[in-house]
Amino acid sequence: MASKKIRVLIAKPGLDGHDRGVKVLAQGLRDAGMEVIYLGLRLTPEQIAQAVLQEDTDVVGLSSLSGAHMSLFPKTIKIIKEISSKHYLFICGGIIPQKDIPKLKEFGMAAVFGPGTAIAEISKFIQASVVEAR
Amino acid sequence: MRQYAGFATVQETNARYKYLYKQGNTGFSVALHLPTQIGYDSTHPMSAGEVGRCGVAIDSLQDMEELWDGISLAEISTSLTINATAPIILAMYIAAAENQGAKQSQLAGTVQNDVLKEYIARNTYIFDPETSIRLTTDVCQYCAQNLPKWNSISICGYHMRDAGATAIQEAAFALANGITYVQAMKNRGMAVDSFAPRFTFIVACNINFLEEVAKLRAMRRAWAKIMKERFDAQDPRSMMFRFHVQNDGFTSTAQQPLNNIIRTTISALACVMGGCQSLATTSYDEALALPSEEAARIALRTQQIIAYESGVADVTDPLGGSYFIEWLTNEIEDGINKYISTIDEMGGAMEAVKKGYIQREIQRSAYDYQKAVDFGEQVVVGINNFTIEEDLKIQLHEIGENVEEKQIERLKKLKRGRDNEKVGHALNKVSQVARSNDNIMPALIEVVKTYATVGEISDALRDVFGEYREPSIA
Repeated sequence: MASKKIRVLIAKPGLDGHDRGVKVLAQGLRDAGMEVIYLGLRLTPEQIAQAVLQEDTDVVGLSSLSGAHMSLFPKTIKIIKEISSKHYLFICGGIIPQKDIPKLKEFGMAAVFGPGTAIAEISKFIQASVVEAR
Repeated sequence: MRQYAGFATVQETNARYKYLYKQGNTGFSVALHLPTQIGYDSTHPMSAGEVGRCGVAIDSLQDMEELWDGISLAEISTSLTINATAPIILAMYIAAAENQGAKQSQLAGTVQNDVLKEYIARNTYIFDPETSIRLTTDVCQYCAQNLPKWNSISICGYHMRDAGATAIQEAAFALANGITYVQAMKNRGMAVDSFAPRFTFIVACNINFLEEVAKLRAMRRAWAKIMKERFDAQDPRSMMFRFHVQNDGFTSTAQQPLNNIIRTTISALACVMGGCQSLATTSYDEALALPSEEAARIALRTQQIIAYESGVADVTDPLGGSYFIEWLTNEIEDGINKYISTIDEMGGAMEAVKKGYIQREIQRSAYDYQKAVDFGEQVVVGINNFTIEEDLKIQLHEIGENVEEKQIERLKKLKRGRDNEKVGHALNKVSQVARSNDNIMPALIEVVKTYATVGEISDALRDVFGEYREPSIA
C-alpha cells in the first residue's frame, strides 16, 4: 500500500481566478511524489464532485480567495459525500478568516491552510492523514 | 491618493465612498464583484456565493446610478477596475453621468480595460484573446474620440507580479502588452499621438525598496523608447510612462498583521521615490479579509504622512545618480528588452499568451519564490523567521449574510418594472454591431439605458463570440 501514490485533486470553485497558490501547491505536491490533478477555474461544486468521483482521488483540495468559501466549500463536500461513500481527505486554502475555520471543520474539512503555509507542511499533513486512513 | 473600495450592495459602497471622501480621498476607485467582472448577473448559478464579496454588485444601470447617489460624476475622478466587461461598465458609467446631466467630455477617470493580463493572471476573461483585444480597442478608440479626460486603458503589471512574476517579468510583460494595444489602435488607423497620452499603467510595488525604485525608472525609460522609436510618437505626452501603484498584496502576511503597516510604508516610499502619479496602499488586514474601516484609514494615513510630513515627495527622482540605483536600472532595462525581443519573435504578447509562454515564466518564478521561502533562503518576518504564537483578535470587516438575497430581489424587481420589448431591441442591436467591424460602444450606451443587465448583454456577446477556456498549464 505504501508504494501507491497519493492522488490529490485541486480545484477552484466559484469565480475567483487567483491561482498562484493552487498552481504552486500542485507543483510542490508533485515534487513531493504525489499525483496531482488540477481541475482549473470557475467550477461549480457539482462539477468538482463529478471529477472527484471519476478521478478516484484520496485528497480534495479547494481554494478560494474571493470570500465565497463559506458557501462553496461546504456545498462541494456535501455533494461529494452524497454521491460517494469513499473517505476523502478535504483540505482548503485561501483568504479564510479564523472564525470560519471551526465551521468548515464541522462540515468535514480536515485542515485549512492560510497564507504563509509552507508546502512541506501541507504535504506532511496529507501523507500522515492518508496513510492513517489507508 | 486613490484607495480601492467596493463591497456588498451599492448602498453600502456608496456610504463607504462618502466616508472616504470626507477623510480627504481625492478620487474614487471602484471594486466590482466577480460576477460583474465575468459577465454574470447576481441571479446566475455561477454567481452563488460570490455576490458582493470582493467588490460591489453592479447588475444594471440602476445599481450604477445608486452607487453615485449624491456624488456628481462631472466633478470627480473615478477608476473603474474592470476588464472583460469594461465596455459594458464604462457604458453604464457614461449613462449614469448623462442621467445626472453631465457631458461625456467632462468625465475624468480611468478604466482598467487590460484584458490580455487576465489570461496571464487573475483570469476574469470571457472571450478569446482576439475578440477581447477588439473590445479593448473599441473602448480606447471611443474614449479617444469622445472622452478627452478619460484614461482609456490601464496596462497592468500588478496582477502578474501578484501571481509570482519577478520585477523584470512584471515590467517586461506589462510593456509587451502595452505594445499590443498601441499596435491594435494603429491598425485601426488611429494616429499614435491621438490616443497614447491617455494610456496609463498600474504596477505593483513590492518590499525590495531599491529594486522597486530601479524597476520604475527602467519602465519609464523603456516605454519612452518604445513609443518614440517603435511607434514614432511625436508628442512627449505619448512617451510618458504614467502609472498608478498598488502595494503588492502578496507581501502582506496573515501572521503578525500589524507588521504589514511597516511593509506598506517601505513599499509606498519606494514608489513615491520611483515617481508614481498615484498610489493605493494596502490595508494591514488584507491577507485576512477585506479591509476593515480602521485598516483602510491607516492605509490612507500612511500615504498622507509620506506626502505631507516626510518631504520625499518634494523632489523628482531623488535617488537618480546613486551608483547602485543607476546600475540596477540598467540591469532591469536590459532584462525588459530581452523579454520583449523574445515576445516579438513569437509574434507579440497575444501569441505569447496563447502559447502559454508568459504564464509558464511567471509560474516558474512563483514556484522558485515559494521554495526560497520554504527553505529559508528568503526571510519573511513572521513566516519563516521571528514567528510567534498569536491569537488574531483584529476587527475584520464582514459582509452581511443577506447581501446576495437582497441583490437578487432587487434585480428581479428591476426586470419586472422595465420595458422588456425595448431591452430586446437594444440587445439585438448589440449583437448586430458585434458581428460587424463597428465600434461597440454606442450600442452599449443605448442598451444599458434600457436597464438591460450585465448578464444579458454579456450573453448577447457570448452568442456572437463564444467563450474561452484556459489551456491547461499547471
